[in-house]
Amino acid sequence: MPEPGNALHDSDDEGAARPADPASDGREAQEPVIGLEIHVQLATVTKMFCGCELSFGEPPNTHTCPVCLGLPGSLPVANARAVHFGLMIGLALGSELAPRSIFHRKNYFYPDLPKGYQISQYDEPLCRGGRLGEVRIHRVHLEEDAAKLIHLGASGRIHGSDASIVDFNRGGTPLAEIVTEPDLRSPEQASEWLKLLRTTLRQLGVSDVNMEEGSLRCDANISVRARGSNELGVKTELKNMNSFRFIEHGIRAEIARQVQILHDGGEVVQETLHFDPASGAITSLRSKEEAHDYRYFPEPDLVPVAIDEEMRARANADMTELPADRAERFERELGLSAESAQQLAFRAELGAYLEAALDAGVEPAPPAQALANWVGGELVARLEDGEDPADSPVPARALAVLVGLVAAKRVSVGAGRQVLDRLVADGGGDPVAIIEAEGLAAMDGEDELVAIVAAALEANADAAERVRAGNEKAIGPIVGQVMRETKGRADGAEVRRLVREHLGI
Amino acid sequence: MVDREEVLHVARLARLALSEDELEPMARELSAVLDHIAKIGELDLADVPPTTHVVEITGRLRPDEPTECLPREVVLEQAPAVSDEGFLVPSPQA
Amino acid sequence: MSGAEIELLELSAARAIAEIEAGSLSATELFALYRERALAHGGHSDGGLNCFTWIADVVPDGSRGPLAGVPLAVKDLFCTQGVPSQSGSRILEGYRPPYTATVVLRLTEAGATLLAKTNQDEFAMGSSNENSAFGAVLNPWDRGRVPGGSSGGSAAAVAAGLAPWALGTDTGGSIRQPAALCGIVGMKPTYGAVSRYGMIAFASSLDQAGPLTRDVTDAALLLRYMVGRDQFDSTSLKFPEPIELPQAERLDGVRLGVPAELLNPGEDLVGAEVEPSVRLAFEEALKQAEGLGATVQEIHLPHAPHALSAYYVIAPSEASSNLARFDGVRYGLRATDATDLLDMYTRTRHDGFGPEVKRRIMLGTYALSAGYYDAYYGRAQRVRTKIAEDFRAAFADVDFVVTPTSANVAFELGEKTANPWAMYLNDYFTVPMSLAGIPAISIPCGLSAEGDGGGPTGGGLPVGFQIAGAAFSENRLLNAAYALEQAIGFDGGAARA
Repeated sequence: MPEPGNALHDSDDEGAARPADPASDGREAQEPVIGLEIHVQLATVTKMFCGCELSFGEPPNTHTCPVCLGLPGSLPVANARAVHFGLMIGLALGSELAPRSIFHRKNYFYPDLPKGYQISQYDEPLCRGGRLGEVRIHRVHLEEDAAKLIHLGASGRIHGSDASIVDFNRGGTPLAEIVTEPDLRSPEQASEWLKLLRTTLRQLGVSDVNMEEGSLRCDANISVRARGSNELGVKTELKNMNSFRFIEHGIRAEIARQVQILHDGGEVVQETLHFDPASGAITSLRSKEEAHDYRYFPEPDLVPVAIDEEMRARANADMTELPADRAERFERELGLSAESAQQLAFRAELGAYLEAALDAGVEPAPPAQALANWVGGELVARLEDGEDPADSPVPARALAVLVGLVAAKRVSVGAGRQVLDRLVADGGGDPVAIIEAEGLAAMDGEDELVAIVAAALEANADAAERVRAGNEKAIGPIVGQVMRETKGRADGAEVRRLVREHLGI
Repeated sequence: MVDREEVLHVARLARLALSEDELEPMARELSAVLDHIAKIGELDLADVPPTTHVVEITGRLRPDEPTECLPREVVLEQAPAVSDEGFLVPSPQA
Repeated sequence: MSGAEIELLELSAARAIAEIEAGSLSATELFALYRERALAHGGHSDGGLNCFTWIADVVPDGSRGPLAGVPLAVKDLFCTQGVPSQSGSRILEGYRPPYTATVVLRLTEAGATLLAKTNQDEFAMGSSNENSAFGAVLNPWDRGRVPGGSSGGSAAAVAAGLAPWALGTDTGGSIRQPAALCGIVGMKPTYGAVSRYGMIAFASSLDQAGPLTRDVTDAALLLRYMVGRDQFDSTSLKFPEPIELPQAERLDGVRLGVPAELLNPGEDLVGAEVEPSVRLAFEEALKQAEGLGATVQEIHLPHAPHALSAYYVIAPSEASSNLARFDGVRYGLRATDATDLLDMYTRTRHDGFGPEVKRRIMLGTYALSAGYYDAYYGRAQRVRTKIAEDFRAAFADVDFVVTPTSANVAFELGEKTANPWAMYLNDYFTVPMSLAGIPAISIPCGLSAEGDGGGPTGGGLPVGFQIAGAAFSENRLLNAAYALEQAIGFDGGAARA
């Protein structure tokens, strides 16, 4: 278990991934240092501190109560499932679950904050430390979401100023805030890692983690330093990036901005910045007023959360196998290549389909890697984007049969593809029956094939000569003709072998 | 002890307008009270844990079950400024 | 008033319930009588005490439940659905909440009927009820003097016979001190014993609802239906046993402890000078207790003299946060013609809050702000730990800690408003129990000497005797208070004339 890090920029480089990319604009002396702050809306039924049901897209102010409206006299009561999900996130990230954690008040004024403070966690969070992939986790804590401000602009003004409407439906939604150590070294790495986090959380079932809907939000803390240095530069916080692409672009733009400043002999100012994806511009969010003094103090209306054995056991019981663990298992138990294992582990439905096919117990048995190749390649290519193969016309058992036959060379790869096309087009079927009906079985004896090869060589005498003379490419038309004659039943590699044998090379 | 500048700063944090002739008395009154309170600075409190919670229990977690929400008309009934669907406020400057 | 009406007025709530249940009294009649008196004497004008912010316009039907329809006055800061709940503030003037506080619901479910909302210091901040946006409350013993605060309206109403009993809240003494100054009984329960849901908050870790009544029996009766765990308040606790009506006649074996540091502080310690009348009445009450078999000894609460300082950091700090919701967005006052958001916030709060509330918000914001947290809030929370320890140690040697409730009797209107700390000293004896979260009750133990105050009889002003017990010792506490009350035989009738 890695040592829990200190405040975001106090940790050293130990455990961080070695740099993958140079600074984007070629000033190779500078290295970016990136940490992420991710807010995840938890998929509970009700809000963090009251029983109002969560909603999305409902008419404004129809999911509220005295508590989430901050009416005088109201009091918060913490949601047990939100804590449970928080613990699951901690377990998934390999964090230490705090035996006792408390809520704090974070005080500031804003129309989307009905109490004038947000109930969050400060120095006694739910989880500390952990790791996901190449990135160490600093902490995970629980808090409540703010309400929504809808800017009216010109259509509604109050006494000469623009007006906004506040909708409190979202206010009080449970959030888990995940803060990483500054272990990321490039915009691409950050985007990829965030995708890994998203997949992990989705498989846990604790959140919809949908950036478009706002259930996954990400801010980046960015600084640069001389490559090889252990010190940290001044960091800025970049907000308002609501897609993976924008996150990459935004981080890249900010790195470039900082590198330029340093190159020009200036100093980076610690501030909060806003990225405009349309223009690529980065503007300061720092208001004319002073920086926020949140005056944190322990929330007196809530009592501490103590994690006992029962809560820990329940969190463990609800843990699903996580992508990274499944990938490792596929490599180890099934002998899949790292690439295949990743692909099939990180889309849960593909991995499930693969395992179902392997468990079908067909003869001849399909080798795991061959099956993985077909699932991740041929099958996925024939499905809709993101479609679950279990919902497709090709049952796992059918694919297992097909791949088993191909691997046993009873049917060629090409013919196998044709069978798969038929299965998809017909909305189902039996591979064995299709093979028979279409006459797609592999060539029975070598004699038939040898005869066709001989005929093809005669018909393409010039090409044959060129091949004999050393021109590899000329073999193509000869092979092609054989394949056409055999209606794809022959195995392409076998045909080539026979041709060369015939030509005595 | 608390000067005019600090009073202005604290008033800003608390979103409290103070007129020019409220500033001096406020500074004076706060200073006087803080003077009395300052005595706790003289106590030896090393190794004494703060009382963050008076009630010595933990948990008090609520099952994730929905309860009735307020009807929107009731929610907006006493709002100082309201549009069809929500609370109307001057827009915050970025 | 007719002779019959005068008799009705003399009934305590418990005796009224008995008569209603016996059929010799109608709850409706009782309510109508009190309502009439409230309207006649509870308002601003004509020598009225100004103790009410709202009076019921309808007399409810009949009686039911253990509290038999007896009318109850409720402090303004308790949310009562559809009825103004303003916590004595302009910023909530006319605010009618869409829900009712748990404790009020429990009492009405037990049969109490809502007679009126009572005036109070704004947001429960004050010890004289001179901080209300709706005018000062007057003490029925002498209309030139304060009733105490912040539950001044509740105390004055009960003392003057304008309500049989009332609900108040106590954060640093706001039930006990006005009870003492008005010659009635007031009790602050163990922190967590009574739900705070629906109580417009002042200081979350200190606020507790409690009864203001004519006698200890009524206090016990009301408390019985108030206590208990509430799913809407995470800090509320199950009371380990039912609250019983007290019956003790003697105090044999009861050990009373008088804290030396509070009664005789050295010159270097913050202290409130105990008026000679108060000291005299206090010592006489101790003698009465000894006459009933109690023993009195000196105890030590070494950190108690610092309780006031710790309190005046913790309470304003929590209040500064609790009052941030009053921003003009969703309810309450909003400054007119605000030019932008900042202007709306700052002018709303400037116009809506009175001077004492502003002072405490400023104090609290300062104490929590960057660079000051450890020196003030952090420190005050450590002082609090020591005070709680001091009491625990004391309860190993004595059953109850006793003090005068207030160092002085009711003072004149305007007498202490110029100097905040002078006003804060009114809480000197009550604040340590608040910080420790332990229960405490004030009972009237006598009057100050002749000539100390105007009063209807030209005589003295009430003095309060405070008894504090360990957490959850309410039943024993009520019994001790009851026995002493019977022995003292204080007559509050003069204020009801």
